Amino acid sequence: MSAPMLRAEGVKTQYGKIIALRGVDLDVNEGEIVTIIGANGAGKSTLMMTICGAPRASEGRILFEGQDITRMPTHEIMRLKIAQSPEGRRIFPRMSVFENLQMGAALDNYAHFNDDLERMFDLFPRLKERLHQRGGTLSGGEQQMLAIARALMSRPRLLLLDEPSLGLAPLVVRQIFDVIRDLNATEGLTVFLVEQNAYHALKLAHRGYVLVNGAITLSGTGRALLENPDVKAAYLEGGA
Amino acid sequence: MAVGPVSASAPGPVAAALKDAVISAALTALLLVPLVGLRATEQGGGPLILTTRFGLVAIFGLIVGVLRFVLLLTIWHPARAKPGRTGPALFNGLGDRLAPVLKPAFFGILLVYPLLAVLGSGGLGPSRYWVDLGIYILTYVMLGWGLNIVVGLAGLLDLGYVAFYAVGAYTFALLSTSIPVSDFFAGALGADFWKAWSFWVCLPISGILAALWGVILGFPVLRLRGDYLAIVTLAFGEIIRLVLINWVDLTNGGAGISSIPPITFFGIPFTNSDGGFASLFGLTFDPMHRNIFLYFVILALAALTALATVRLRRMPVGRAWEALREDEIACRSLGINTTLTKLTAFSIGAMFGGFAGAFFAVRIRFVSPESFTFMESAVILAIVVLGGMGSQMGVAMSAILLIGGMEMLRNLTFLKSPWLLGPDFDPSLYRMLIFGFAMVAVMAWRPRGLVSGRLATIFLKHRKKVSGDLVAEGHG
Ligand SMILES: Nc1ncnc2c1ncn2[C@@H]1O[C@H](COP(=O)(O)OP(=O)(O)O)[C@@H](O)[C@H]1O
Ligand SMILES: [Mg+2]
Repeated sequence: MSAPMLRAEGVKTQYGKIIALRGVDLDVNEGEIVTIIGANGAGKSTLMMTICGAPRASEGRILFEGQDITRMPTHEIMRLKIAQSPEGRRIFPRMSVFENLQMGAALDNYAHFNDDLERMFDLFPRLKERLHQRGGTLSGGEQQMLAIARALMSRPRLLLLDEPSLGLAPLVVRQIFDVIRDLNATEGLTVFLVEQNAYHALKLAHRGYVLVNGAITLSGTGRALLENPDVKAAYLEGGA
Repeated sequence: MAVGPVSASAPGPVAAALKDAVISAALTALLLVPLVGLRATEQGGGPLILTTRFGLVAIFGLIVGVLRFVLLLTIWHPARAKPGRTGPALFNGLGDRLAPVLKPAFFGILLVYPLLAVLGSGGLGPSRYWVDLGIYILTYVMLGWGLNIVVGLAGLLDLGYVAFYAVGAYTFALLSTSIPVSDFFAGALGADFWKAWSFWVCLPISGILAALWGVILGFPVLRLRGDYLAIVTLAFGEIIRLVLINWVDLTNGGAGISSIPPITFFGIPFTNSDGGFASLFGLTFDPMHRNIFLYFVILALAALTALATVRLRRMPVGRAWEALREDEIACRSLGINTTLTKLTAFSIGAMFGGFAGAFFAVRIRFVSPESFTFMESAVILAIVVLGGMGSQMGVAMSAILLIGGMEMLRNLTFLKSPWLLGPDFDPSLYRMLIFGFAMVAVMAWRPRGLVSGRLATIFLKHRKKVSGDLVAEGHG
C-alpha cells in the first residue's frame, strides 16, 4: 500500500500552558473519508487547525503527500490542494454568495471559475437561488453549504471539515453529508471530517478515530466504531 | 421625511405637546441662566465684569421649545408608524437610480468647478476664495480615499494616517529646499532646474517614502487587531510628529520649513516674466493661474487615488482586503497570505497620503509639525466613517459636507451681533461642533454611513448590487 495522503506523527499542540493535543498519530489515505469524533473540548478543532499550521505543533510532524508541512506558513499549506471549512463556517457575511465563492477560487487565479461555479450549483442548488444575497443573511444550513462550496472552489484533493453539522436540522445534516459522500464516491475526494455528531459521522466515514482529552483512544472502521460498546456508551446514547 | 399626521390628531396631543414644549423651554432657559446668561469677562487686567446675555438664553429656550413641539407632533407622535430600522429607503432608491449618472456628473462638476467659481464670483481675482476652498476640500477627499483603502476596504483601524501625510510633506519640503540637492542638479541640468522641477520629481519620491513607512509601521502591528492596532497607529502618528518637532537639525523643529519653491506648470513658473506661464500662453498675468493649476493637480491626484482603488478592488489583492475585513481566519483558511495583504493595504494607503502631503507642502509652501496633529487623523477618519466605510462616493460626499461645512461656519458672522454671542465670538472655533452634529446625525439615521450599499466588485459576467439593508446590524 502506498504512503498515506496525510499523516500526523506524535503531534503535540499547546495554547500557552494548556496542552490541547498530547501526541496524536493518524493517517488519511487517498480517497478515504476519515472522521475524528470526540466530546466538546477534546481537541478536534485544534487538530484540524494544527494541520493547517495555526497553531503550530510544538512536537511531532505532519506530512502531506510525503512532504513535511509542520513548519510551513498556513497560506502555503492551503496552496497544496488542501481546503478547509473551519469551525463555525466563517463565511464572509457582508459579501454575496457569489463573492464568497470567488474568494475560494482566488488561489487558482479563477482559471476554471465558471465551470466550478456550475458544479457548485449542481451540488447545492440553493446557492444558485441565493447567488446575490449577502452571506450573513443565509440560513445556517445554507451558510454551511456555502462554506463547503467555497472550500471546493480551489479544487482541493483533501477537504478538511470542522463540524459541518453544528446547529443544523437533521434533514439539512443529511443533505450535506450526502453531498460529501457523493463527492468522495464520484470524484475520489479525500475528506477529513471533525464531528461531534458521532452517529452520522461514523456512518459516513470509512474509518474513524476517537479523540479524548487530546489523545486518540480508539480507531477503526466506521462500522466497527459504531458497534463498539464504549463508543456507543459515550457518544451514541440517545441516537443521532 | 414625511410630515406626521398632525391633522388627524385630536386637540389632546397638541395641547399636551404645547405644555411639554413650554416646560422644556422654561427648564432650558432656567438651566442656561448661569451657564450662558451670565458671563464674567476680564478687561485689561482690571476686575472681572459681569455681563448678561439673556437674549441668548431666551433664544436657546425658544429653540428647544419649538423643536420639541414640532418633534412631538411629527417624529415622536405616538400615532405615527415606526420607520424601519434601516433609515429612509428613499435615499437608497434614489441612489440606485442615480448611480450610473452620479459618478460622471460628479466628476464633470469637479472639472468645471474653477470655471463656475470664476463666472460666479465675477473674475479671476474674486474667485480666489472658492478655488482655494475647492483645493482644500479635494485634499481631504484624496486623504479620505487613501485612508479608505486601509480602514474601509481592509478594515484596519488606522488612527495615525496623518503620519504618512507628514512624511510626504516633509519629504518634499526637505528635498526641495536642500542646497546640496539643488547644487547637484544645478551642476547637471542647469541652475534653475531644481526650482522648476522639484515638485514633479519629489511627488513620486514622497509617495514611495510614505509607502515605505507604511511597511515599517505595518510589520510590528501585523499581529494586532482592532483596538490594539488603533492604539499603536495612534502612537505612531504622535511619534512622527514628536520627531519632527525635536529633530531640529533636520526639520527645523517647531519653526517648520519655509520658502518651499512654488508649483510650476511642468517646469514653467507662474511668474510675471518672459518665460512665465502667462506670457508663454499669451495670457495676461494673474496670480490665480497658479491656484487654478493647483486645483487641477489635486483633482488629478484624487482621481488617481479613486481609479487606483477601483482597479485594485477588482484585483485579487483588493478582494483579499475586503475578505480580510470580514474574517481573518477564513482568509487564512483560503490560502490568503494575510501578512502580505495587510502590508499592501497599509503601504498603498500610505502612498496616497504621501502624495497628498507633497501637494500640501507645495500649496502652502510651508510645513511645520502643527499641521500634522492627531486632529487631522481624526478628521480624515471621520470622513471615511461618515461616508460609509468603503464607499468612494460616500467618502467624497462626507469630505465636502464636513470640510465645506466647517468652512461655512466662518461665514456665520450674524452670530457676532452684540446681543447674541458678542463680537469676539469666533465661529470657526466651533468647527468640531459640526463633526459632533454630523456624527450623531449620521449614526442615528444612516448607521452605515451616507452611502451604505456597496456594489459587488464582480469582474466576471455578474454584476449586481449588494444592499446594505439586507444584512443584520453590527457586523465588523
Ligand atoms: N485559542 C485558544 N486558546 C487557548 N485554549 C484553547 C484555544 N482553542 C482551544 N483551546 C483549548 O484547547 C482545548 C481543545 O479545544 P478544541 O480543539 O476547540 O476542542 P473541540 O474542537 O474538540 O471541541 C480546549 O480545552 C480548549 O479550551
Ligand atoms: Mg471544535
